[in-house]
Amino acid sequence: MKKKRVVVALSGGVDSSTAAHLLKKEGHEVIGISMQLYDHSKLEESRFDSCCSLKDVDIARRAAQILDIPFYVLNFEKVFKEKVVDYFTKDYLCGRTPNPCVKCNEDVKFKHLILKAKELKADHLATGHYVRNIYNEKTQTYQLLKAKDRKKDQSYFLFGTSPQELPFLLFPLGELEKTEVRDIAREGLLPNAAKPESMEICFIPNHDYEAFIEKQMKEKDMFQGEIVNKEGEILGTHEGSFHFTVGQRKGLGVSSQDPLYVLNVDPGTKKVTVGSKEDLFSQGLIAQNVHWISRPHKNSLSVKIRHTTSDIECTLEEEWEGGFRLKFHKPQRAVTPGQAAVLYEGDVLLGGGWIEKGTL
Amino acid sequence: MRRIYLDYNATTPLKPQVYEAMLPYLKGYYGNPSSIHWAGQAAREALMVARERVANLFHVDPQSIVFTSGGTEANNLALKGVFEMLPKKGCHIVTTQVEHKSILECCEYLKKRGAEITYVPVYPNGQIDLKALKNALRPDTILISVQAANNETGVLMPLKEIAQIAQAHHILFHTDAVQWCGKKELLLETLPIDLISISSHKIYGPKGAGALILRQGLKLEALLHGGNQERKRRGGTENVAALVGFGAACDCARETMKEEALRTQALRNTLEQGILETIPETLLNGQGSPRVPNTLNISFKGIEAEGLLLNLDLKGIAVSSGSACSSGSLEPSHVLIAMGRSEEEVSSIRFSLGYETKEEDIATVLEVLPEMVEHLRKLNEACQ
Repeated sequence: MKKKRVVVALSGGVDSSTAAHLLKKEGHEVIGISMQLYDHSKLEESRFDSCCSLKDVDIARRAAQILDIPFYVLNFEKVFKEKVVDYFTKDYLCGRTPNPCVKCNEDVKFKHLILKAKELKADHLATGHYVRNIYNEKTQTYQLLKAKDRKKDQSYFLFGTSPQELPFLLFPLGELEKTEVRDIAREGLLPNAAKPESMEICFIPNHDYEAFIEKQMKEKDMFQGEIVNKEGEILGTHEGSFHFTVGQRKGLGVSSQDPLYVLNVDPGTKKVTVGSKEDLFSQGLIAQNVHWISRPHKNSLSVKIRHTTSDIECTLEEEWEGGFRLKFHKPQRAVTPGQAAVLYEGDVLLGGGWIEKGTL
Repeated sequence: MRRIYLDYNATTPLKPQVYEAMLPYLKGYYGNPSSIHWAGQAAREALMVARERVANLFHVDPQSIVFTSGGTEANNLALKGVFEMLPKKGCHIVTTQVEHKSILECCEYLKKRGAEITYVPVYPNGQIDLKALKNALRPDTILISVQAANNETGVLMPLKEIAQIAQAHHILFHTDAVQWCGKKELLLETLPIDLISISSHKIYGPKGAGALILRQGLKLEALLHGGNQERKRRGGTENVAALVGFGAACDCARETMKEEALRTQALRNTLEQGILETIPETLLNGQGSPRVPNTLNISFKGIEAEGLLLNLDLKGIAVSSGSACSSGSLEPSHVLIAMGRSEEEVSSIRFSLGYETKEEDIATVLEVLPEMVEHLRKLNEACQ
């Protein structure tokens, strides 16, 4: 294999460090980059153990030192605030449940970081994502496929990746199991071989997204409203529509014989509609801001409506510029506006869109 | 890969003479200068000689030197020390928008303690607006603090004029001379400056040493209270080896400053002309102002300096841009913003030369730089 210059996005976690380690072992010229995404000094006291905090930058630096590769911290604060943090806040205030990690990949990592890598005359940008990027001889295009380790597969987060950029991207962990990755990290004496997974949203201190949103808001009263049932009867009031997400059961502040779930959050009236578990089911969904990587070959596909759920059999019923409508083969619970609906054909990631609403 | 260091304004390597001078105090002479016995005496004597050597560089009495841990502490001591000493006279401090962070952040701290601060603007060439300075002065102004030379652009401030203004208004004048020291002579006989901050590691001495030079008779509140060191103006056992090194570095500076200035200036000018002639759409920051001889600050229109800095680093060439923040990433330069540079022009590269810089280093930079700039500009255009 020809020696290439590869920029690796180092988060401080075991995955990206191991990706760098593997590329170095293959003989490439590896350059480590950590992205500074927000002002650490403002968050420092409350920030621990999530992606890209200052402590993680130091772990990334230590990994780079052990791998003996150049390492730089680049400031992405402005673009991160615009594309991820502001979107996150706005979506919640519109009654949606945003997915900032998808946005970060699409608009920060695989746009601005790619540009930085090209500035450094890199041949490739690599990350520690669990996903496979495979050249299809027949179609002569690159395709993103689910990772070999299905439990770790992160293809859901990458549906917004631009197909033109795929030849530039490397995902060295796509064919590995997480346990293998930890073994490789241990053999390479990487400092984060045993580091726990980061599950929270990196810029939200203490998992408390509600406190975060409240801090960003100017007029808090604006988001107070009523809690109603399907028939429109008022059951109570709430302090802010952003406290609710579709499918939520706890913390409604309304008593009822049967458990109540959030069915809908109306951004206009701030009305939160609640109902029974059965009311939560949708027959399909409508997605907007759709992004395709590979075109489907048939109408019968599978979809993921959040990162943690398994694939759902579905049919692509209708398509228009920037949007699509799906029908599930079986009704699905809690289709959540703001989350991504990501389409697959077998292992192949086709693309996806942002859920506008579930359909009945 | 040959390594080329062009970041002498950030820090300098130790000169061999400095290293040699320090060695005994890292090994055999470990005494505490405050001790009465033989071990303490040797350390105390070394400190005395170091103090004399620093004083000699500035033609001042050794008693006027207060040793500190560096330039930042010297600046803090000057500002906080004067502020606490003159509560009756007032609480107003005048400084500029282009000072080092150790002045600006210190002023912001003092604001919380009741100080009022005026940040005087500069002209697009980096020179202080003297009229604005005069207009800023008030009966309760206790201190004027203006840097001698800017760390980013190398622009020299008119110390003489500022000193005269301060004197005429009976206001204390402090200058942060960290970037001037060792590059140009500072003749204090003709320049009535009350407090001067200097640093060791910018003049081929070790890190962790510096000084505040005080006009004789000037009283100042201490930052660090403790023993009687530095005549009660700075408690804490002295960093003897570092201060010995600082003294040796001042000696070297005194001997070689003039010819080094001429030599680095010639190299700097070669680099400057080379860049301005071969690379289109470049801006010299501080153009038209007197500058320290070793510094060159250039904005390359249409590109962010970060990419250039990293590309140079990957070729073994160390330069700098703006100021680094907590994690080591870059922030926009407050100096260039104050000079009225647009957002596009605010991203610049600082080349700062020193005694190990050779002609072939400059030639190498001039060889690789145009292609890098072109590469980055092309990428940027493709994105837009």
